[in-house]
Order: sequence, then C-alpha cells, then structure tokens
Amino acid sequence: MKRRSQSITCKEAQTAQANAAANTGSTAAESAASVMMTVAPVIFLAAILAVWQGVSAAGWMPGYMLPSPAAVVRALAEDFPLLLEHSKTTLLEAFFGLASSIGLAFVTAFFMDRYLFLQKAVYPLLIVSQTIPTVAIAPLLVLWLGYGIAPKVTLVIITCYFPLTISLLTGFSSADRDAIHLMQAMGASRWQIFYHIKLKSSLKQFFSGLRVAVSYAVVGAVISEWLGGMSGLGVYMTRVKKSYAFDKMFAVIFLISAISLLLMKAVAIVEKRTMPWEFLEQSAEKNK
Amino acid sequence: MSTCQNNARDVECLQPAVNDCNAANVPSAGTGTNPADALHQTRHRGVRLSAAGIYKSFGNTMVLENVSLQLHEREIVCLLGVSGAGKTTLFNILSGLMKPDDGAVLLDGEDITGQAGQISYMLQKDLLLPYYTVVDNVALPLLIRGVAKPTARKRASEQFAAFGLEGTQENYPSQLSGGMRQRAALLRTYLFSDRVALLDEPFSALDTITKGEMHRWYLNVMERIHLSTIFITHDIDEAILLSDRVYILASKPGRIAAEVSIDRVHPRSSEFLLSKEFLHYKRRILEAMGLREQR
Repeated sequence: MKRRSQSITCKEAQTAQANAAANTGSTAAESAASVMMTVAPVIFLAAILAVWQGVSAAGWMPGYMLPSPAAVVRALAEDFPLLLEHSKTTLLEAFFGLASSIGLAFVTAFFMDRYLFLQKAVYPLLIVSQTIPTVAIAPLLVLWLGYGIAPKVTLVIITCYFPLTISLLTGFSSADRDAIHLMQAMGASRWQIFYHIKLKSSLKQFFSGLRVAVSYAVVGAVISEWLGGMSGLGVYMTRVKKSYAFDKMFAVIFLISAISLLLMKAVAIVEKRTMPWEFLEQSAEKNK
Repeated sequence: MSTCQNNARDVECLQPAVNDCNAANVPSAGTGTNPADALHQTRHRGVRLSAAGIYKSFGNTMVLENVSLQLHEREIVCLLGVSGAGKTTLFNILSGLMKPDDGAVLLDGEDITGQAGQISYMLQKDLLLPYYTVVDNVALPLLIRGVAKPTARKRASEQFAAFGLEGTQENYPSQLSGGMRQRAALLRTYLFSDRVALLDEPFSALDTITKGEMHRWYLNVMERIHLSTIFITHDIDEAILLSDRVYILASKPGRIAAEVSIDRVHPRSSEFLLSKEFLHYKRRILEAMGLREQR
C-alpha cells in the first residue's frame, strides 16, 4: 500500500515537471509563432499593394484602366459622404433580406426536422435553388416586382436562405440522441426537447451559416441594384462604371469588402456573447 | 394466485440468500406474477417499484424473458450481468421509454407501464448539456415539470452542498472533472424524482481512484437522501459494496438468474472490501454467474 502511494507521488512529480518544462518551452515559441501568424497576412497584403502601386507609377498600365491604390484611396475619401448614403440603402436591403431569411430558414428547418418526408421532398429543391445564378434571375425579379426595394430583398433572401436552412437543419439533427432520450425519460414535451436540446445544440452551426450569409447578403443586395434603382452601392457602381471612373469603381469594391468583413466580425462578437461555453472550452484547452 | 411450489420465480418465494431461478428448472408457468398480485404485494411490503413478468423481443431475438424484480423503500438494488444481458433494455422498460411485450411495471402500486416521466433515469453518459451552467443543468427536470426558472435554480442550488458540488453552480460542465460531472448528473436525477432512481452504470467511465472516491461519496449521500435506487453494473465489487440486494441477470435471453442479499454493514468503508464477508458474497455471486467452478 505504502509503496503504491509512493509510486503515485513520484509519477505525479514527474508529470508535473514534464508539464512545467513543456510550458516554459512552448510559451516563448508559441508567442513568437502567434505573432508571425497575425503579421503574415498584413505583410502579404502590403506587398501586393506595393507591387500594384509600382506597376501604376511605372506607367505599365494606364491610370484609366488600372487606377493606382493611392488614387483609389483618394476617390474613396472624396466620395465618402456620398458612398455612406448609398451604403445605407444597400445595408437596409441586406438587413431586411437577412432577417427574413433567418425567419424562413428557422421555419423550414423546424418542419424539415420534424417531418422526414418533408425533408426528403424539399432538400433536393434547396440544392437546385443554389445552382441558379443570381445574376440571371435578378432581371426577372425586377420585371415581376418593380424597381423598389422588393426585388432586392427577394434576391438577398434567395442567396441567404439556403446556407442558413442547411446549417440549422444540420444543427437540429446533430443533437445528441441520448440527451433526447434523457429528456423523454424526464417526461419532457416535444417542444421542450426542441428548445433545450435541438435549438441549443444547433447554435454553433447556425452561427457558421450566419457568417456566410451576412457576406452573401451584402453582395446579393449590390448585384440586385445593378439592374436599376434610385440609390445603393450597386447603383453607384453602375454609374461610375458607365463614366469610366475606375478609381471610384475600385473604391466601392473596397468599401463592400470592408462592410462584409465588419459584418462578419459583428457576427463573431454576437456568437461569442451568445455561446460563452464554446470559447471557455477553447481557453481551457490552451491552458493545458 | 401463485404459490412457491409452482412458481419459483415469484419474488415472494426468494430467500435472502442465493436462489437459483434458472428458467430451465422451472415449469413454464405463464407470466409469473400477474399485475393484480403484484399490486397486492406492493401495498403489503412497502415496495416502491416492481416489475412483473417482463418479456421483450426485438424481431426474433428474445432480449428479456420473464423478468420480475422488486425495489423496496430506501433500498439500493443492483442489476449485475455481462454486457448484452438486456440490462439497458430493462431500464428503458422500467423508465417507460419502451413498452414491454408482456408484463407490467408498478410504481407505488400504480401501473406505469410505458409511461415516461415517472421514474428518474440516469444514463451511462453524464449527459450534462454543454451549453448550460451546472445549476441550469441540474435544474432542468424542474423546468420540464413547469417550475419557474428562478425557483428551479434556487431549489437546485440548495442541494449543491449535500452533493459535494458547492461552488460549481455557475461553471460549465466542461470545466468539471469526470467525478464532479457524475455528481451533478446524480443530483439532476434526484431532483427529477426523489421516489425511485435508475442508474445505468453510473461510475463505469471513471478511473479506479476516482471510482473509489465516488463510491464513498455515493454511500454518504445515500445515507442522507434515502433514494430507492436500482443501478446497473458489471463490476462485482461495486455491486457488493453499494447495494442491499443484487439481482444477477443471465444473458440471451436476459432473465433473473439469482438474487443475493447483502447484509448492511454500517458504515461501509474500504475495509469492507477487504473483509471475509465481502469475499463470501463475491464467491456466491461468481458461483451464481457461473464464473466459478462449484466444488
């Protein structure tokens, strides 16, 4: 008995030592590696911009065909108040489209999860809907719904609905069977099982779907505006294209990217707030 | 009315010692106790839960054959058997998740066959939901029963100290050790029903040292809460240490092969594990399971 306890403490001491050694060794190397990881994309982007600026400055590409990054930034700064006005319209369309898609996706995924025959019937159609090029149906939507906000919101819904529905459906069906059994043994109702198990365990998938959907929503709104309307980044884009103001054109492209990135970041923040347990697990693993 | 002569499987006839209830020795006397008889006995002997003549087949395979058992007030009963003996199926039937082909389950004399939500059931995995804090996990059965959230959390929280879980209320399950998670799972089981609990291999996933710790903790908690319990295990030592009575389940098809009563030694400690009595019980159980040659 005594010998056994000794061997245990000895073993513990060994592992503790090993852990300590691993920690001190890894922290320095780890932090250096993590700095590299954050700096690397910035350096790469800066290099691309430098080459671009160099090409423009050397005059290999005429300025009216490929404006220099500096010219693009200048255009962005000059038109900023105007771009902000147009962004408002686009964001509004994207927001309404996204909100409706989330609602629709929830309803569809709920019923598809509840009734298997519905899932079998609707799933292929959902996939097919994804193969339709949005640029091709945009003119039809304008024809059917006019030049107002309706066709734009509809196009956003068409692009966002699919990734959201699929992520929710996957989330619902990934729920632990045994957890559902346990709830049944506790006498839980169907609705209680849906709320406590299915809905909660689908959150992770839902957010990964939402991250994709927000960027789709902005791009979808812009594409829908190409075909007509009074304001919006897409409308502005067609105008500057027609006047061959490519520096302004690039400025809009940059702005759209920036907006998409900001929205994706916002989703990540909301995700972190909604699901504290996920991020806790990650930090716990790091501490090991 | 069944008598001892023609139905050795009637629980009434079982002696506290080992009874060989091998089905081959018994003339096939129908479904054992009928529900009405069982009802009568239940009232008579302070039986909380009883199963009478449970049969269950999946396709052509008979999984449970004429299984009858009883759980008395404040008793800890163990179902011991090799894997695949239909233990989990039996639990699914007792808890009402599954309907038996024949037979009845009675809780306090009331027929609850096929009715879920009457008996608390702790599955093999702890199944704490990763997205709820420990207190919310534990309070879940109260929420399901319709208790308002603040009340449920408060009532759950009050029990934390008694279960050795103090201070973990606002943690997430992933932050707890395996032993602590199991404690939380047992507390949740208890909050669901303080009448009868079914525990499916509650300690099997733990390492030996934690397991010993959990056994001590479990006996300690049971001294206080007096929960009538049936638990499944395939660990003979665990069965002898923790239970008042052991049912040995033979497999293919699953049936009660024998029943061994363990006289309560108080307090049960690790010393009991090394005592003569312990070895004596172990020998009897091994014999009953056919794992030891009889001299």
